[in-house]
Amino acid sequence: MEKLTEVEGRAYPFGMKNVDTDIVIPAHWLKTISREGLGRGAFEVLRKEPGNVFDDPEYAGSPILIAGDNFGCGSSREHAAWALADLGVKVVMAPSFSDIFSGNAFKNGILTVVLPQEAIDRLMEVAKTDPIHVNLEEQTVTTRFQDRFRFEIDPFRKHCLLGGLDEIGLTLDNRSEIDRFEGRLAVEKPWLVPTVA
Amino acid sequence: MVKPSTLYEKIWDAHVVERRPDGTCLIYIDRHLVHEVTSPQAFEGLRLAGRKVRRPDLTLAVPDHNLPTTPRRDAQGNRIPIADPQSAQQLAALEKNAPEFGVRLFGDADPQQGIVHVVGPEQGFTLPGTTLVCGDSHTSSHGALGALAFGIGTSEVEHVLATQTLLLKPSKTMEVRIDGELGFGVTPKDVALAICQQIGTAGGTGYVMEYRGSVFRDMSIEGRLTVANMSIEAGARSGLFAPDDKTFAYLKGRPMAPKDEAWDAAVAWWKTLKSDEGAVFDKVVVIDAADIVPNVTWGTSPEDVVPVTGVVPDPDSFADASKRAAAQKSLDYMGLKPGQRMQDVPVEHIFIGSCTNSRIEDLRAAASLLKGRHIASGIKQAMVVPGSGLVKLQAEAEGLDSIFREAGFEWREPGCSACLGMNPDKVPAGERCASTSNRNFMGRQGPGSRTHLVSPIMAAAAAVTGRLTDVRELLNDKEGAVA
Repeated sequence: MEKLTEVEGRAYPFGMKNVDTDIVIPAHWLKTISREGLGRGAFEVLRKEPGNVFDDPEYAGSPILIAGDNFGCGSSREHAAWALADLGVKVVMAPSFSDIFSGNAFKNGILTVVLPQEAIDRLMEVAKTDPIHVNLEEQTVTTRFQDRFRFEIDPFRKHCLLGGLDEIGLTLDNRSEIDRFEGRLAVEKPWLVPTVA
Repeated sequence: MVKPSTLYEKIWDAHVVERRPDGTCLIYIDRHLVHEVTSPQAFEGLRLAGRKVRRPDLTLAVPDHNLPTTPRRDAQGNRIPIADPQSAQQLAALEKNAPEFGVRLFGDADPQQGIVHVVGPEQGFTLPGTTLVCGDSHTSSHGALGALAFGIGTSEVEHVLATQTLLLKPSKTMEVRIDGELGFGVTPKDVALAICQQIGTAGGTGYVMEYRGSVFRDMSIEGRLTVANMSIEAGARSGLFAPDDKTFAYLKGRPMAPKDEAWDAAVAWWKTLKSDEGAVFDKVVVIDAADIVPNVTWGTSPEDVVPVTGVVPDPDSFADASKRAAAQKSLDYMGLKPGQRMQDVPVEHIFIGSCTNSRIEDLRAAASLLKGRHIASGIKQAMVVPGSGLVKLQAEAEGLDSIFREAGFEWREPGCSACLGMNPDKVPAGERCASTSNRNFMGRQGPGSRTHLVSPIMAAAAAVTGRLTDVRELLNDKEGAVA
């Protein structure tokens, strides 16, 4: 995973609420066996609408996406995170995220920033003309207009994003704990292993 | 005295491998279901890192999303090639990865094949008190049997394959309590839709739900599977039912369930799995069973629910400006007008299937309404897609397939099908489907498709009249047709 410390750049002033992952990437894009190239399918349906932010040259290649409440609800498809990453998005800001999406985003080096609706509204305004600065170390979002919004983040997620760490590798460092747990399970709940019919 | 715990806390505590100071826990995963769409990149990740599957014996692979629901073998037993090369490639990847990593696979033409969330319970792979994951958000279904079950992304699929664990923060708990008795023609699907409407699609975010109260106690296991399935539509990654005698009766003798003394030992533990008297939930939602009616969705979110006897809401009636805008966008997409009676909305497609409503009880209910009736002339396609090969065989043994066929339905092979249209089963743009699935998102059943979520008997009723219909009217003129 790539390290993420600071992100500075323009932001898509998207703002839509309840964006489900079918909107982020429709099902027919899920037939790939690769993680690559999904940016082409990102927001495919919305991109058919004239004037959508994703095809506005003003915002092309923006590293930040600003959305409304409950971003990433619905399907667990990690393809949504892969599509955003492929689009070049490194930070998504919204008043709230679905649990599954925020986990998927984090595992792909995308930072999800939860901010109150008023802060989002303000940043949507700024995004139309100016870049936005995100500092993960300090947990702040700032603009050249002296806006400064602090956000919370799970310390473990922060640690992994800053270090670009591989979570599987970290867990496997705990192999002996897992071995011990499994050993106890085999004694206490031997019935847990499925019967092979 | 020990602090009273919720069912969720009991299952969680029994699976903590390691607890970190910030509250994050390394949680052991007892069961992992794998399908062809969200696993190829995970297996590839293992391969690239030189890792193996830690517990192939706790892992079960089943293709479901991409499979065509037309016959898969010719008269000689040879595979009929899948027309879409990408779908064929995903199936081929699973067929290569499962044996390579030692994972058991139900093949595309095995009678055990089906939608993962139908197969798990049916095989007794899903057990109470276990942690169960799958790269699919509707994994919440398995909570019906008292499993802490939730959907994960592909990186987590890889993590579970490699380590049999996940790093998780504990969720908050929500009690969803419904007491009383369900009215005539009201099904578990209507209960699930009522919950989505009340809580909203983000209401359950961060929570694990527990379904409590007499309605859920009285509900069959298959009804509970429908309700637990849609927990995610109300934002909750997981929804639990405390296992009870119905759960044990359902599981006993299933192929992968424990046998003999092992069964007795398992049941002894399962009986302890309920929220203690006085256990505190972070949030409580109470709905009166008497307020639940046959429901239907009008918009493009599962919370957009009205009684079938109701009308399309006026966007201006929503207090919140963003909800007004969303409602207007939904109505434009759905081609509906405020104030229009739901029962005047014509439909061209009927889909009975999906991990929400494709089990034998669902098919029996729909068939009993369709017996001696025929789909309306305006219906272009009506389709039944059983949840698994075994459901299909059972239905055929009961003669349900003949009832559906005589009524004008197509009787298909098992899979996810038109719920999300990854296979050829799609609803054409601008056309309308009464669907027993779980999501009415824009484009979900195909680009431009318009979905109305309903129960199996409501789908059957819409098929007969060619429009969204209050099923109770049809039940009334065939008293006792549906138990």
